[in-house]
Amino acid sequence: MTIAATDKRQPRAVTGGPRPRSRRRRRTNLTATVILIIGGLYCVLPALWILVAATKSNATLFSTAPYAPSLPGAFFSNMSGILTYNHGIFLRWWLNSIIYAVGGGVLSTAIAGAAGYALAKYTFTGSRVAFRIIVAAVLLPQILLAVPQYLLLAKFGLTNSYESVLLPQLVSPFAIYLCKIYAEAAVPDELMEAVRMDGGSEFRIFWSVGTRLMLPVLVTVLLLQFIAIWNNFLLPFVMLNNTNLDPLTLGLYGMLMPTGGQPNQYSLVIGGVFLTIVPLAILFLSLQRFWRIDLISGGVKG
Amino acid sequence: MTIAGRKKRSSKLPVLLVAPALVLLALFTFAPAGYAVYLSLMKLHITGGLLGTSSTQVFAGLGNYTDTFKDPEFWHSLGRMLLIAVIGVPATVILATLFALCLDANAARLTTVTRLAIFLPYAVPGVIASILWGFLYLPATSPIGGSVINYFGNRLIFFTVANVAVWGVVGFNTVVLYTALRALPRDVRQAAEIDGASELQIALHVKLPQIAPAIAMIALFSVIGALQLFNEPTALKPLTNAITSTWVPLMRVYSDAFVNNNIYGGAASAFTLLVMTVALTVGGGAVVTRLLGRQGK
Repeated sequence: MTIAATDKRQPRAVTGGPRPRSRRRRRTNLTATVILIIGGLYCVLPALWILVAATKSNATLFSTAPYAPSLPGAFFSNMSGILTYNHGIFLRWWLNSIIYAVGGGVLSTAIAGAAGYALAKYTFTGSRVAFRIIVAAVLLPQILLAVPQYLLLAKFGLTNSYESVLLPQLVSPFAIYLCKIYAEAAVPDELMEAVRMDGGSEFRIFWSVGTRLMLPVLVTVLLLQFIAIWNNFLLPFVMLNNTNLDPLTLGLYGMLMPTGGQPNQYSLVIGGVFLTIVPLAILFLSLQRFWRIDLISGGVKG
Repeated sequence: MTIAGRKKRSSKLPVLLVAPALVLLALFTFAPAGYAVYLSLMKLHITGGLLGTSSTQVFAGLGNYTDTFKDPEFWHSLGRMLLIAVIGVPATVILATLFALCLDANAARLTTVTRLAIFLPYAVPGVIASILWGFLYLPATSPIGGSVINYFGNRLIFFTVANVAVWGVVGFNTVVLYTALRALPRDVRQAAEIDGASELQIALHVKLPQIAPAIAMIALFSVIGALQLFNEPTALKPLTNAITSTWVPLMRVYSDAFVNNNIYGGAASAFTLLVMTVALTVGGGAVVTRLLGRQGK
């Protein structure tokens, strides 16, 4: 609607000199702003509601108005409830999630960065075949392989351990692909040659030139891998049979399952959801500017 | 020439750098896929009688696959997944495009705040998002009318599950399209502005065609994501009887292997799903490339 209004006033802006122009600059594109506000509310309100729900005890959760917080409420007893649940296992799940996501994220970034660099900057026996294999692997979604991965690891008795969740997530073909595309453009042959002339070893070229120039793609891959592992559910779900090894996703899911005649622990689960979302939301939103999401679409186009 | 010569003479470093990735791919991607194919061609042969039974693994040919295809529940689970995809994929693509265009529009306000807000669900794991939405839907705790509307009803359940998935991915896709928009050259847009084109006309006739490749890409990724639907229905399952243990194909793979102890059937359905995904990726990718190529001319 405002768009049409802008058009009509266009001639006046021309005759009226600079003043109406500056007014035009200040005018708000109402349609776009309203759409964005609605979209933002759709994305944020469910997460905010968990804050409301976290103020309720299991009894008031079902008896009070769902959209109004109970004040002073049971917020702190819910928090201490989830933190002390089953001898503080919730903190153990948090620690496990960090071990999986940080450990797997760092290792898989190192592996992808190294492979991407080598495939981009060197031709060696089998380098073409290696690249074809990696492109083929991009097509095989890891999620669909979780059950076969379990069946194979079970043959060797390797399931139900930290390694069983970490190892299958250490290599991401898509991350290798992104690193290769980026290294091709960002690491100039001339610079590598110059270091060679100065007597630098191939490893020194990789370490002091390659990794530095690839930093933006490495940070992006690290964040993507961190989130992919943090969010993963199916792999720990099939691999683990010991709640001490669970990441947050699996632990909270387990609490949701009704256990033999016990009352539902909904208020504890809600407290756990709250303590899962809030720290990570703060972390993500503060790291957001370091993301180079344009690298993803660029990688696919290339 | 000299550079190529040098590359060939160079150290073993590149091989060492690629080796970890290839070894891990072989062990944790190709070997499990191969093992799934092997298991899918096997079955248990149970022998014995009074003195107890023993079972050996014997070749089954394509028996597990014909069993899978003959099972109506396999097709039902596939149908449910497709129904959710038909709801969720267009919703994701349309909303992400709309939000990205609004973020990029001249004189749109609150763009920083709303962009962060729209991105926020990406920080919430799918399972946690499903538990969260589960409470929003559950009649006893619902602030969105769950006591009046049965969100887990026969038909609504598909929208319910699709909504959780869309909520989780729309922000990431919005940011992908928004970065694509920001990367566009400004000259065409400015020319259109000088010609008096409205903001809406610029969005529809200038920006939209320019980001068509990125839109096609997120559409394809969303379709592939739908084939792997598992987290959302699994995490909603404890809250409702409407979701069965074989509700979508990947849940069926899981329950075959772990609930019914039929790893052979599970391997067959897992491999079937894998083939379908690869076919869709390759076929979809080819179609998208061709469409974009034609449009480019």
